[in-house]
Amino acid sequence: MPRDTDRLTSPDSLRELFIAFTTLALQGFGGVIAVAQRELCERRRWLSPREFVELLASAQVLPGPNVCNLSLMIGDRFFGWRGALVAIAGMIAAPMAIMLMLAWLLGEASAWPQAQGPIRGALGGIAAVAAGQIIGTVLKLAAPLREHELGGSTSLAIAALAFCLMGLLRWPLLWVLLGLGGLTCIGTGVVLRSRGEARQP
Amino acid sequence: MSAVGPVGLLGNPDVAWQLFGHFLALSLMSIGGAITLVPDMHRRLVTDNQLMSDADFTSAIALAQAAPGPNVLFVALMGWYSAGLAGAAASMIGIMLPSTTLALFVSRWVASRRHWLSVRAFQAGMMPVTVGLLLATGWLLMPSPQGQLKAWLLAVAVALLVWRTRVRLIWLVAGGATLGALGWL
Repeated sequence: MPRDTDRLTSPDSLRELFIAFTTLALQGFGGVIAVAQRELCERRRWLSPREFVELLASAQVLPGPNVCNLSLMIGDRFFGWRGALVAIAGMIAAPMAIMLMLAWLLGEASAWPQAQGPIRGALGGIAAVAAGQIIGTVLKLAAPLREHELGGSTSLAIAALAFCLMGLLRWPLLWVLLGLGGLTCIGTGVVLRSRGEARQP
Repeated sequence: MSAVGPVGLLGNPDVAWQLFGHFLALSLMSIGGAITLVPDMHRRLVTDNQLMSDADFTSAIALAQAAPGPNVLFVALMGWYSAGLAGAAASMIGIMLPSTTLALFVSRWVASRRHWLSVRAFQAGMMPVTVGLLLATGWLLMPSPQGQLKAWLLAVAVALLVWRTRVRLIWLVAGGATLGALGWL
């Protein structure tokens, strides 16, 4: 993976890594992908947008939560297995404590029926914002596709097809990953080979 | 949403071990995230073993969707509802341990061979599919423009703001929560 090093930086310590993933996770209401892209690519500049999508691609075909796999890979890249552990811990520890407190508070609040409406309303508002955040992030992540090996319009068309199969036709994720993903990987391999860029395995 | 009440803060260690076993077994099947396993979890935890009520199961998922942090934390909430703190810790370790270990080894294997043509073809090839699948995730979470027009408009406005501006995402969340709590959505 080429790194345009003049623009990117690295975390200085495990402590910085832990704090980064904790603050990131705590801002991620209804999912962490949007905040992760903002914090890691734009604010801290640890990854280029292309690296972000590539890591996310690997994170997604592996079992486990995508964002946890992603943070593990980033931690491992900078500090080895200790970094991987610290990144996951940062992602989980504080949000889990807050969530359990929230669950306890909401359990107590069930004694006050008049609080139920506003609580349900607030959760609905957060859910709407979370959906919008993911779509806005996708629009940003489509930018690196323009320089894709298969050509900008082809790769955008493949992204649109993946969306239709999963979002509209509701195909199972595994079929889309194996079928369309497999075909796209083979196509990309053919393009790379014809360019003669890569060393052979 | 029920209180933890009868379960108690520390919970029953036997139930915690059972939860650990269930989530450990499910972990390596969670391609696309733990949320894809919800039907299987419901069968194991609610129907077959009665470790928690159906209402607790549903509210664990709803709360984790709205609360900060990765969505997989709904697993910790399920543990909390059935066996208190011990249950939350056991469930979370169970669902994370196998998948995380595998992810670490696979991503190292991939990183050390990133100049191989096949590895580069995989990483670059999966990019467009990943972007499309993420769009589908956002799409499925969108409020419906027929039933919830205001919530839908809010989501569209948020998408444009996230795409085009650098507004702090946390302000958008706070705004959405306030509008919802006031009953404007």
